[in-house]
Amino acid sequence: MSSISIEKKLEQLEAVVVRFAGDSGDGMQIVGELFTDSTAILGNDISTFPDFPAEIRAPMGTLPGVSGFQIQFGKRAVLTPGDAPHALVAMNPAALKVNLPELVSKGLLVVNTAAFTPDNLKKAGYTENPLDNPQLTDKYHVVSVDMTSLTRDALADSSLKQSQKVQCKNFFALGFMYWVYSRSLEFTLRWIEKKWANKPEIAEANSRVLKAGYFYGETCESLPVHYSIPQAAVEPGLYRKISGNEAMVLGLAAVTEITKNEIVYGSYPITPASSILEGLSKLKNFPIKTVQAEDEIAAIGVALGASFAGKLGVTGTSGPGVALKTEFIGLGVMTELPLIIINVQRGGPSTGLPTKTEQSDLFQALFGRNGECPVVVLAPCSPSDCFNAVIEAAQISINTKTPVMVLSDGSLANGAEPWRIPNLNTLPIFSDNPITADESYVIYGRDPKTLARRIAYPGTPGHEHRIGGLEKNEKGEVSYDSTNHDTMVRLRAEKVARIAQSLPPTVVHGNPAAKLLIVGWGGTFGAISEAVRESLEAGLPVAAIHLRYLNPLPSDLEEILKRYPKILVPELNLGQLCFVLRGKYLVDAQSYTKIQGKPFTVAELKEKIQEILA
Amino acid sequence: MSTLAEPLNDAGKLTKKDFIPPVDVRWCPGCGDYAILNAVQKVFPELGIPRENFVIVSGIGCSSRFPYYMNTYGFHSIHGRASTVATGVKVANPDLSVWVVTGDGDGLSIGGNHLVHVLRRNVDLKILLFNNKIYGLTKGQYSPTSELGKVTKSSPMGSPEAPLSPTALALACGATFVARTVDTNPTHMQEVFKAAADHKGAAFVEIMQNCVIFYDEAWEGVSGRTVRDDKLILLQEGKPLIFGKDRNKGIRLNGLQPEVVTLGENGITEADLLVHHSNNGNSLYTSVLSALQTPDFPMPMGVLRSIQTTTYTDTLVDQQNEAIKSSGKGNLKNLLMGKEYWEVKA
Repeated sequence: MSSISIEKKLEQLEAVVVRFAGDSGDGMQIVGELFTDSTAILGNDISTFPDFPAEIRAPMGTLPGVSGFQIQFGKRAVLTPGDAPHALVAMNPAALKVNLPELVSKGLLVVNTAAFTPDNLKKAGYTENPLDNPQLTDKYHVVSVDMTSLTRDALADSSLKQSQKVQCKNFFALGFMYWVYSRSLEFTLRWIEKKWANKPEIAEANSRVLKAGYFYGETCESLPVHYSIPQAAVEPGLYRKISGNEAMVLGLAAVTEITKNEIVYGSYPITPASSILEGLSKLKNFPIKTVQAEDEIAAIGVALGASFAGKLGVTGTSGPGVALKTEFIGLGVMTELPLIIINVQRGGPSTGLPTKTEQSDLFQALFGRNGECPVVVLAPCSPSDCFNAVIEAAQISINTKTPVMVLSDGSLANGAEPWRIPNLNTLPIFSDNPITADESYVIYGRDPKTLARRIAYPGTPGHEHRIGGLEKNEKGEVSYDSTNHDTMVRLRAEKVARIAQSLPPTVVHGNPAAKLLIVGWGGTFGAISEAVRESLEAGLPVAAIHLRYLNPLPSDLEEILKRYPKILVPELNLGQLCFVLRGKYLVDAQSYTKIQGKPFTVAELKEKIQEILA
Repeated sequence: MSTLAEPLNDAGKLTKKDFIPPVDVRWCPGCGDYAILNAVQKVFPELGIPRENFVIVSGIGCSSRFPYYMNTYGFHSIHGRASTVATGVKVANPDLSVWVVTGDGDGLSIGGNHLVHVLRRNVDLKILLFNNKIYGLTKGQYSPTSELGKVTKSSPMGSPEAPLSPTALALACGATFVARTVDTNPTHMQEVFKAAADHKGAAFVEIMQNCVIFYDEAWEGVSGRTVRDDKLILLQEGKPLIFGKDRNKGIRLNGLQPEVVTLGENGITEADLLVHHSNNGNSLYTSVLSALQTPDFPMPMGVLRSIQTTTYTDTLVDQQNEAIKSSGKGNLKNLLMGKEYWEVKA
């Protein structure tokens, strides 16, 4: 496209954090996803954090309408989407205003000058154009580009309408960033071709604009340098990019293969869990049936009914949905049926922050029911770990005949990372062992070791029986007898407690002689691990454990906790796990909390560790 | 309860006895539920379905104790939610004959939403709604079918709420089978239950049922011996809507309004009357049937509507088969690989 050739410097970097930000109609999520795919394929380790408003289209140009996508990629292991971005693409003044405070000093700032109109500046609350402020160029490396005009120029001879042409400008920004970080256009060009296979003129326009952005980087004078990030050293194998909700879908598909049994997934659309329902509903050639129920209650009712009939019932939702499902979870505990409840946590209480992340449903998971109602709770620690966690949930639920809750969260659900595709023969082996017609049957008879019952499913001749929410005796008869109730309550509690005996030992990372133990759980694993690693590199005496099993807690936990003089429990809530640990083990654990709808940054965790050890 | 699988009687043919479990029935003496239980126990052996393939799911309330009194697979679930559990059972195993037992409070109040959707989806369930117009198990509060002004423990000055017609609701939901029967007429109940069982799709049956303790004679005004001929209209396929002790009253359409007329008066003959077709997809006739409510009209008894359309579970299974036909059985390895993957070499 251009004949001018400028020799530009290529520098190597270890890891970079890039953030794309624009109006929610600017296509920033698509740009972020595509940048991620192209980067993953290059062999960098990655971690992403999409951050978008709850409204589909908030008023254009306003601060609440800003949608962002952050990715960290690098040569070394990347466990979080990164704290402060090294590069920020701001497609309009509102995006600049929201995101600029986090850009690192001397960071790369790419702005679309065409969007800095008096109207847009006013909507973002600027009294004057920030691009005219000389301090901006002192603090950051600013690349001001009129992306809108350059996009139009690139499409001068296209038959598209002006408004359609301008819509392609996100691909200009993407192309430019591909040049900045030496990514290939090839994957994105293929994606465009497929995406608009039926609209070749749009595909052609986006491809052209993508290339224009890339060539602009080659020729523009305001950026004399660009970067390459070498491949990460990772275990050999086949890799793909995966988000938490995708991993949940694949994990459930794997469960059908492992158990040779069907899954019935009952769900009601709710952010940020809906993509699990959407993902499973596509797998119609697998033994998976999805029921989009009329409400959250019906969704779990369908799942529990399926479990009663011998298939594995699964329901997925977020905290408000769990609130509605509560009575049914109690019925699952009472009747002792397998059932998986996936809670993709979001900001609460009530409707809260639907698109933001939080860990504030731990109390709800552990205690949020009437009566003595123990539920097994486990939490994945990364997007790809959702695959393992949901398989493990199925294994526990089927083996123990009790509901299991998987506590994911918004950052895991939407965040993505590379995943080494597992070999099918490494998957765990388990299956249900139903009562057959020629066996004798005691409805609430129990395995002496696990206390789990076995089930005769409908269709099994001679074992017709009734179960339900009323207390039963061992034979399955309704019983209001006080000592029977005491026995059954304790048996159900003991059954769940005994699961701890089969859990793997807790892994302690870090300095064995540490003065401080960090205890985390769930989606904060990445941030805590990086903070601990960097603190150890700085010579601080710190160790860390990350809990996957929240109920029952691991049997070695007490002994581990009591080894360390100080315990810090970082959580994205007001100290729920900390409360449990203090109550259960009488240890002086300290809480470190954050409730901003955002993950921890590595920097703030490191600072807290330093403060405690000072 | 069961220990070793109990063999059925010699011929392997089921009888009523096979459906009676060894437990005491604990409804109040004189409760209408006994007659309904008896009718169901008589009908089940006739259906040609193995006993182990019956599942009865209930919610909460007096009627919802029903599964405990039937020697089949049963699930006494939670208040209002029986049809959701039953949907799960049917989706999981479409070969089962799945029955829902619910009441006017369970099915129309706390579980109203689920009833609407299970009917609109046409899930192949048989739903028996025991309508006694009162909350019995909680001891006597008004229900969504209690009459306006009905004095109960929670409405000492009379219920301030207009009642809901279960069959009108079911018809409005697009239910493919809607029927009404009464606990005092065992023969009619059995006929209706059999028809419901034979229907492929969601079958909704309202049973007018008496509560001897909290609403005795709940239906006496329509089904009592002395008034029933005038207050009930027995629907017969292809026959005009005729009722009355002397079989001389009928329903005709005056413009868009149904009205009660007397045969022989003003030259009215049978030819002027509406003729019952349960497979009538006509929405006007549906409205007429919905409008036939006391006290202005006799209540229709029997099968109000019975039409055939695809059932929910059939569609789910068809879609699975279609997907397998077009893209083969799901392959987990390929699924895990996804569309875009890359290899890191050693």
